[in-house]
Order: sequence, then structure tokens, then C-alpha cells
Amino acid sequence: MANDAAEPMIRVADLVTHYDERRILNHVSLEIMPGETMVILGGSGTGKSTLLRHMTRLEIPTSGHVYIKGQDVCHMPEEQFNQIRRKIGMLFQSAALFNSMTVQENVALPLRELTQLEEPTIRIMTRIKLDLVGLSGVERFMPAQLSGGMKKRAGLARALAMDPEILLFDEPSAGLDPITAAGIDSLILKLKMAFRMTIVVVTHELASAFVIADRITVMHEGEIIVVGTPEEVRNSRHPRVQQFLNRVPEGNERDVKAYLRSLTESGF
Amino acid sequence: MKVLVRITDNNTIIDCTGDVDLYSSPQLREKLLESMRGANSRVLVNMSGVSYIDSSGIATLVEGLQLSQKTRTRFGLFGLRSNARSVLELARLNKVFAIFDNEQEALEKISSTEPFSGLA
Repeated sequence: MANDAAEPMIRVADLVTHYDERRILNHVSLEIMPGETMVILGGSGTGKSTLLRHMTRLEIPTSGHVYIKGQDVCHMPEEQFNQIRRKIGMLFQSAALFNSMTVQENVALPLRELTQLEEPTIRIMTRIKLDLVGLSGVERFMPAQLSGGMKKRAGLARALAMDPEILLFDEPSAGLDPITAAGIDSLILKLKMAFRMTIVVVTHELASAFVIADRITVMHEGEIIVVGTPEEVRNSRHPRVQQFLNRVPEGNERDVKAYLRSLTESGF
Repeated sequence: MKVLVRITDNNTIIDCTGDVDLYSSPQLREKLLESMRGANSRVLVNMSGVSYIDSSGIATLVEGLQLSQKTRTRFGLFGLRSNARSVLELARLNKVFAIFDNEQEALEKISSTEPFSGLA
């Protein structure tokens, strides 16, 4: 659980980012405490994955800062960030495995490249991680031989390889059947209990969010509209939060003049 | 992390304190494997001072267990804090190690345990 007296593990301060002219994040500020599981919830295109990617410097903002353990990762030399990167594990939506390596080699790769550990230690650690995600017995398989859920779990084993202090999940249940998705949720809960991990999960899965979160951040159109405990979010009167929680679709009413303008303007 | 080795009668006790992580576990590995190959037939790791252990630390203990089978050494752990217990449980390894509450119990009971023989 979060420790209020501690320094935030991750602090996002007044973050603004654009893709070309389009503003994706609009003055976003957020604090995530050590050991906390923060779920970032929101519909598609609300900027939640972009926010997550800033936490591991896969994106550089137009302005603003992201601090990991008090250090501004957006504005530090690459070599310095490499030290911090070792503390961060990320599970991408696509699992991002190397197709030319076996599952075992994929998981062992960061340990072989970034630590001085002996090979027998690495081998046992790799097997512990694969067992943890329920993939014992497929160590020698190539990624192409795995199902979508298995790939996701192999990606998670690799994200866990270095025993990170921070674990970032981008849509962990995307493309998975409900049972496999629930398995990933229970794994997140186990990791939270056993290791000193700060976990950030980006998702639009409501059921999952309320199971795993200590706190939930709800985003809409590049802004944070609510941050609170699952109960506080459930009780929020913010219309967008209620719309999202109650799965109300966007209305069809639109500005007719603006629509006509968009159909007829030049510059196609 | 600090690793100190005490030798008493037929026992080697490894006092480990601090965080056992990716960067410090090779130190524990060196002392542990050295002790397993030593003359004493009982090796215990005192984990009461271990504030944190990650999977590299757990893997190191597994390596110790593996070697204890070859050298016919009795191997046990004692004084585990809740974090270490949770990590062992998560890795489903809490049942494979001989785990004792404290040094006194470990010294009393280790001689009556059989050396580990769970690996083919």
C-alpha cells in the first residue's frame, strides 16, 4: 500500500505533449507512491498509454517533468537514465518478444546484458519467472509457437527478469480471453504482495481496475479528471467518470455546421 | 549487504544482512558455495537481518540446495522475515528448503534432517 510520508516513486509534473499539432497530454500531474498499484483508466485515445510511455522515457514531452525517485528522467543524459531504466519493467501491449530467440533466452537477455550474475543463477531466475507466469515447460519454444496469452505472459516474465522496483503494464488484458485476463490480474496482486513493487497499469477494463488498484486515475481527452481510491472513483459525480463507469456511449448529437465544414473544407 | 561466515563444531552459519539483490547476491553465492564445498556437513543461512531478497537471492539459495545434494551437506535457512517468506512462497519454494524459526531451533533440528535429495 502507499506510504503517505514517503517521497513519490513516480511524480509527473505539469506534463504537456503533442503528436504533431495535436495535444495528447494537457498539463497532467500525478504522484504514485512506493508500493502502490495505480490504475490509469480511460477510453481509447485519452492519452493514458502516452502518459505511461513518458514514465520510461519512450516519449519526451513538449513541456513538464517526470520524476522517478526524485530524478527528472525527461531531462537527464541517456547514460544516467540507463541506470534508472534497470529499475523499471514494462509489459507492452504486443509483448515485444524477440522472435529469433527462445522464450528462455528472451527472459534471460536483460540479466545477461546488464548484470554480472553467473549463468547458473540466471538460468534459475529465468525459470522462476517463467513458472511465476505459468509458463513452465515452454522455455525452449520460439515466440511464434506461443498463443497470444502465452506471449503476454512471456513478456511479463521478461519485464520481471530484473526484479524491477517499478512495473508498468500497457493494457495487460488486451486481446486475452476473460480467464487468461483474470489470471494476469491475480498475478499482479501476487507481485504486489510479495515484492516491493510500484505498479502502474493502463487499462480500459473496469473489472480489472477495481480488483487490482490501490488508487485509480481516470483520464479524458488528455487530462486527469479524477484520482482516488476505487471507492472514491466509484462515488465520483464527475459526468465523464459516471459515463465511463456506466458504459454510456458518446452521444450522436453534433454541431451540424461544424460537420458540414469538416466535409467541405479544402486541403484533402 | 554483508555476509559473514561463522564456524561452530560441525556447523557453518552464514550471517547475511541487508538487501540481497541483483548486485549483492554474487557475494552470498560465493560464500554459500564455498561453505557447501567445505569440511562442515551442516550449512545454515541466517536470514534474520535480510530486509529484502529478490529472485537472484532466491536463485542463489536454490544453487546452494543443488550443491548440498552433491556434497551430502545438510542445508537450512532460519530467521526469515515476511518478505523473504512471501518471495519463497511466490516462487513455490517454501516447501523445498529446511526452514527454521531461529538459530537455536536450526542447530537442534538440522542434524536430524536428511540431506536434500529432491533433484534427479
